Amino acid sequence: MLEFPLWKKLWLWGLTLAFAALSLPSLFSVSGLDWPSALPDPEVNLGLDLAGGSHLLLEAKAADIRAQRLENMEENVRQLMRNAKPRIRIGDVSTGDGRLSFMLDSPADIDRARGLLEPVMQGANLTREWDLSVVDGQRVVLTPTQSGIDAALDNAMESATEVVRRRIDELGTREPTIIRQGDTRIVVQVPGLEDPAALKSLLGKTAQLEFKLVDLNALPSDVQAGIAPPGSEIVPYAPGTPGAGTAIAVRRLGGIRGDNLTDAQAGKDPKTNESVVNIAFDSQGGAKFAKLTRENVGKPFAIILDGQVLSAPNINEPILGGRAQISGSFNAQSANELAIALNSGALPVPLQVIEERTVGPDLGADSIRKGLIAMAIGSLAVIVLMIATYGRFGIYATIALVFNVAMLLGLMAGLNTTLTLPGIAGFVITIGAAVDANVLINERIREERKRGRKVVAAVETGYREASRAIWDANLTNFIAGVALFAFGSGPVKGFAVVLVIGLFTSVFTGVTLTRMWVAGWLRKARPNDIAI
Amino acid sequence: MKLLKLVPDDTNIKFLKLRIPFFVVSIILIAGSWAAVLTQGLNFGVDFAGGQEVRLTFEQREQAPIPSLRELVEGLGYGEPVVQEFGGPKSVSIRVPLPEGAEETPGAATEIGNKVIAAIVKQYPDARKDGNDTVSGKVAGEFRNQAILALLAAMAAVAVYIWVRFEWQFGVGALFALFHDVSLTLGMFALTQMEFGLQIVAAILAIIGYSLNDTIVVYDRIRENLKKFRKMPLAELLDLSVNETLARTIMTSLTLFVALIPLLVFGPPSLFGMVAAITVGLFIGTYSSIYMAGPLLIWMGVTSTSFVPTENAADRQERIARGEA
Repeated sequence: MLEFPLWKKLWLWGLTLAFAALSLPSLFSVSGLDWPSALPDPEVNLGLDLAGGSHLLLEAKAADIRAQRLENMEENVRQLMRNAKPRIRIGDVSTGDGRLSFMLDSPADIDRARGLLEPVMQGANLTREWDLSVVDGQRVVLTPTQSGIDAALDNAMESATEVVRRRIDELGTREPTIIRQGDTRIVVQVPGLEDPAALKSLLGKTAQLEFKLVDLNALPSDVQAGIAPPGSEIVPYAPGTPGAGTAIAVRRLGGIRGDNLTDAQAGKDPKTNESVVNIAFDSQGGAKFAKLTRENVGKPFAIILDGQVLSAPNINEPILGGRAQISGSFNAQSANELAIALNSGALPVPLQVIEERTVGPDLGADSIRKGLIAMAIGSLAVIVLMIATYGRFGIYATIALVFNVAMLLGLMAGLNTTLTLPGIAGFVITIGAAVDANVLINERIREERKRGRKVVAAVETGYREASRAIWDANLTNFIAGVALFAFGSGPVKGFAVVLVIGLFTSVFTGVTLTRMWVAGWLRKARPNDIAI
Repeated sequence: MKLLKLVPDDTNIKFLKLRIPFFVVSIILIAGSWAAVLTQGLNFGVDFAGGQEVRLTFEQREQAPIPSLRELVEGLGYGEPVVQEFGGPKSVSIRVPLPEGAEETPGAATEIGNKVIAAIVKQYPDARKDGNDTVSGKVAGEFRNQAILALLAAMAAVAVYIWVRFEWQFGVGALFALFHDVSLTLGMFALTQMEFGLQIVAAILAIIGYSLNDTIVVYDRIRENLKKFRKMPLAELLDLSVNETLARTIMTSLTLFVALIPLLVFGPPSLFGMVAAITVGLFIGTYSSIYMAGPLLIWMGVTSTSFVPTENAADRQERIARGEA
């Protein structure tokens, strides 16, 4: 074991110093020094619990996406059947229990209907998104497939994440982290943001803008009782609008969605001085809007935002320029918020905040300072104890401990991991537990010496016999660390990261490095006896 | 230089002589812990209970004015608040239940938090807002399930590992020792009513890791001695193994202990519960390695043959061919 060829020494020292060097930028920044900007600067990220900031966990309602999909399909089906030549007449359309079903007036149309529906039932990549079945030769039932639902959900979440990112960027907050989590969740972390109220109110808006025709045939008494005529739905007025507390009936289909907006700006109506939002459609949306208004001059249409009516003005003349103005009891701030929301696009699905954590900035700085003090005192105590007990071998263990901390910090910086408050506890525990390997080895050497082995043989046996227990202990600790990592949210993960990386660095420094140093000393000094 | 010797050379303490009384005490402690958990309950923090938690520090005071804070928040009428010290005498955490329908109206919960803070800051201008957590009932429920799952998975996984590396008796012994450690830690939290949250579960998982360290070191020595002293009675052999590793056990616990104490005393208040759990768990874990993990091996009938390599078919053929018995 005394044989350490030069290449091996160089390799071990190189590895140690390289990883330890990675910790320098972080150490510079903790001590308030400037790291030379010409050099790469991997630094340990501070978790929100140390840096201060807000953490939001948003969840989408998968049920909403399914309902939306059914509604789109219904509109698709109606249009296809209406535009078929000759027209296919259908009736009794229903979207109960997650399926779309309708009756063909004539069973003879079944094959034509099937042929028309075939293309819309395929998704991208030729996956089947809907299953079609025929009941009693006349009723067509379209059932969404699981893969279709999954794809739709995935799609919606993907674009929802993008929309969230755009909205947060509009707020001008710095370096937000926005990641999808699981099937229906998005994590948003904004360092330094102490009051996330504005952010939440922005994310809480779906900003689904719709223009729908008012159903003039609905009886007012039915509408107030919440009974919608066939083909219509009841929509309440938004709070704060003149109609608040009441509702109107609008045609369910045939409206326009606000997906085709190119721009939205908050402004003031020059006549009334009221806060409004001016919107501009793209060419496709503009054409649709022109068609809708041209065909319905003199009739009222409702401007609906997130399922609430903002206003229901009369169409005085066709609106052809692709521009429109939305009013509805805005103030300057809420008009601005809506403009931001509309510009960033509608969320394809409403999001709810199901977990929220904010940490003040003072607390984090305080925690780091207290953590560092505790770490310094703890390290000192461990070092005194080790040197007092094992003498020269304790000094080796101490040097190993210093490299251990540096490598651990360096690896964390290099791997771009995050240091959290429990992570600080992880550091202290690692310092206390890392020397366990040295304790095991040194106790074993002591024992072997007592049994009368010669120095070199005792050291050799000590390292060999202790290695087995060190290996087993660290592997089981690693298993516990993995369970820890799989469990829980950010801060606890940060604890696991430190413990697990610490296992690797402490075995490397505590066993491999000290063995190299001990071997070097034994070769040079050739002692007949050792104090241990 | 004279080196420090914490444990004298060649100790021969008859640890296992008292194995039955100690084991009975352990069983009573486990049962008592669970009784405490079931009757007193754990004081779930916002992570597991859900709701709205505000944390404040009163920098200018020796002690946070908890009773008057409770009165103040109660007066706001958001339901029964839980006001308690948080990690130190100057810091408090105030938890109020989420209002009805908070899941549907995302702003409602935070608004309550803000109002609570505003009311307190108005009366105590020196209060510093440290943080504010809102956890919906749904997420809290998931955290609870995850915590239970993580604890069970970690215990099962390490028990299987030990079973593979040693023998099944060792796996069972280690598992039982871990169960003991987890139970007693939970019991401590039920009795002290310290806040129980995600960090504490993390602490328990860490305890599982370090308790195993001790158990493995003792087991490793038992395995070695079983091969060495084939004829030695098991109880004696266990005592020998525990005594031989005693210096290491004490030293390792001590280094971890001296590293943790400053963190407990000078460290950030919000880590207090976690560090306290690990510190206490350190002792529980060391104890269980000696008095739970060891005696169980005797009762499960570990013998020196447990580690004699079983001969494979080829060796057997050869032996029979040589005409040996």
